[in-house]
Amino acid sequence: MFDVIIVGSGPAGLTASIYTTRANLKTLIIAGAVWGGQLQLTTLVENYPGFPDGIQGPELMTLMRKQAERFKPEIVEDNVSSIDFSSRPFKVSVGTKTFEGKSVIIATGADSKKIGVPGEKEFAGRGVSYCATCDGAFFKEKDVVVIGGGDTAMEEALFLTHFAKTVTIIHRRDEFKASKIMLDRAKANPKIKFIVNTEVKEVIGDQKVTGVKLFNNKENKENELTIGGVFVAIGHVPNSAVFKGIDVDEQGYVKVHDHYLTNVEGVFVAGDVHDRHYRQAVTAAGYGSSAALEAERWLSSQR
Amino acid sequence: MDFTDQNFKTEVLESKEPVIVDFWAPWCGPCRIVSPVIDELATEYKGKVKVGKLNVDDNPQTQQTYGIMSIPSVLFFKNGEPVKTMIGAQGKENYKKEIEEVL
Repeated sequence: MFDVIIVGSGPAGLTASIYTTRANLKTLIIAGAVWGGQLQLTTLVENYPGFPDGIQGPELMTLMRKQAERFKPEIVEDNVSSIDFSSRPFKVSVGTKTFEGKSVIIATGADSKKIGVPGEKEFAGRGVSYCATCDGAFFKEKDVVVIGGGDTAMEEALFLTHFAKTVTIIHRRDEFKASKIMLDRAKANPKIKFIVNTEVKEVIGDQKVTGVKLFNNKENKENELTIGGVFVAIGHVPNSAVFKGIDVDEQGYVKVHDHYLTNVEGVFVAGDVHDRHYRQAVTAAGYGSSAALEAERWLSSQR
Repeated sequence: MDFTDQNFKTEVLESKEPVIVDFWAPWCGPCRIVSPVIDELATEYKGKVKVGKLNVDDNPQTQQTYGIMSIPSVLFFKNGEPVKTMIGAQGKENYKKEIEEVL
């Protein structure tokens, strides 16, 4: 029996673990089949305090994990298959194994959203990518597009300029969610072009991606762009589907009732799985510590 | 083991047992997650399946032959032919399930 079962191993989950283990709570981290969360897909992180020259995302996660492991949580490297919140202790199933926990912290984060157009799935890994840092090097001297208007899109576009001949950012509006510094950097880069008020309707190709069909939603005009790569950066979907019985909003974000508590007593939430506003590594870590402190407080009130 | 452009023919294409090749690069974050899993699979399937890695930076020829445009990519070879491709970092159980299917 565990005092706390933490589901997730990004900044939120690992920070929560540092707090619960240091409070002498018996802690299990269900890290997921692929641990470390979205930072594993990034390059230089410049806005996480404590690293004056910035730090590579995967490196930051390795350090966080090392720090968490120092206080000896148990770690399972697989995905949760189901959780029974209807009785206590909560029962968390991972494949054929079941773990019991007095409390649960949901910190499963979010995954890249798909565009959902014809050709996207067919050409995944053959020109369609969700991770510029993983795949950028395969697009040397090619013309590529980045779909999206947020910080991730700008970051991916800037990264791709190291390899690609040209990078075109395609955004369905003419206003950007990206921060000013990132947008300015992208605009200042001679390799980056912008196409606004435009949606991608289809990814086309034969063996590999050869182009995209575009639709300008202001002028109601369609056209085609010949390119060799499509990088998708249109945002994220919270990983909340497995938590039956936990209230989520219409987009799947876990609803917070009171201080990181969900609608089920003893079940707390931290990080991007509930945070639609900030979605930063540092806020996720902050939520992780808050949820852990709340879990600790709640557990001691149960004794 | 490490596969290269040089040994790919003898070690992979002419191998009697099925071969699993993890296409990776040192700069790829998710590849670092998969790498220890591949090591474990190599031990667990010793004698039944040959499991190894190919650094795409050092071995561009093989990378291009198989049109690898996303890493990590794990390819399964049987009798010299690629029979399955798994793109992106996945969990150990997922890889095991696919190996059992190929065997």
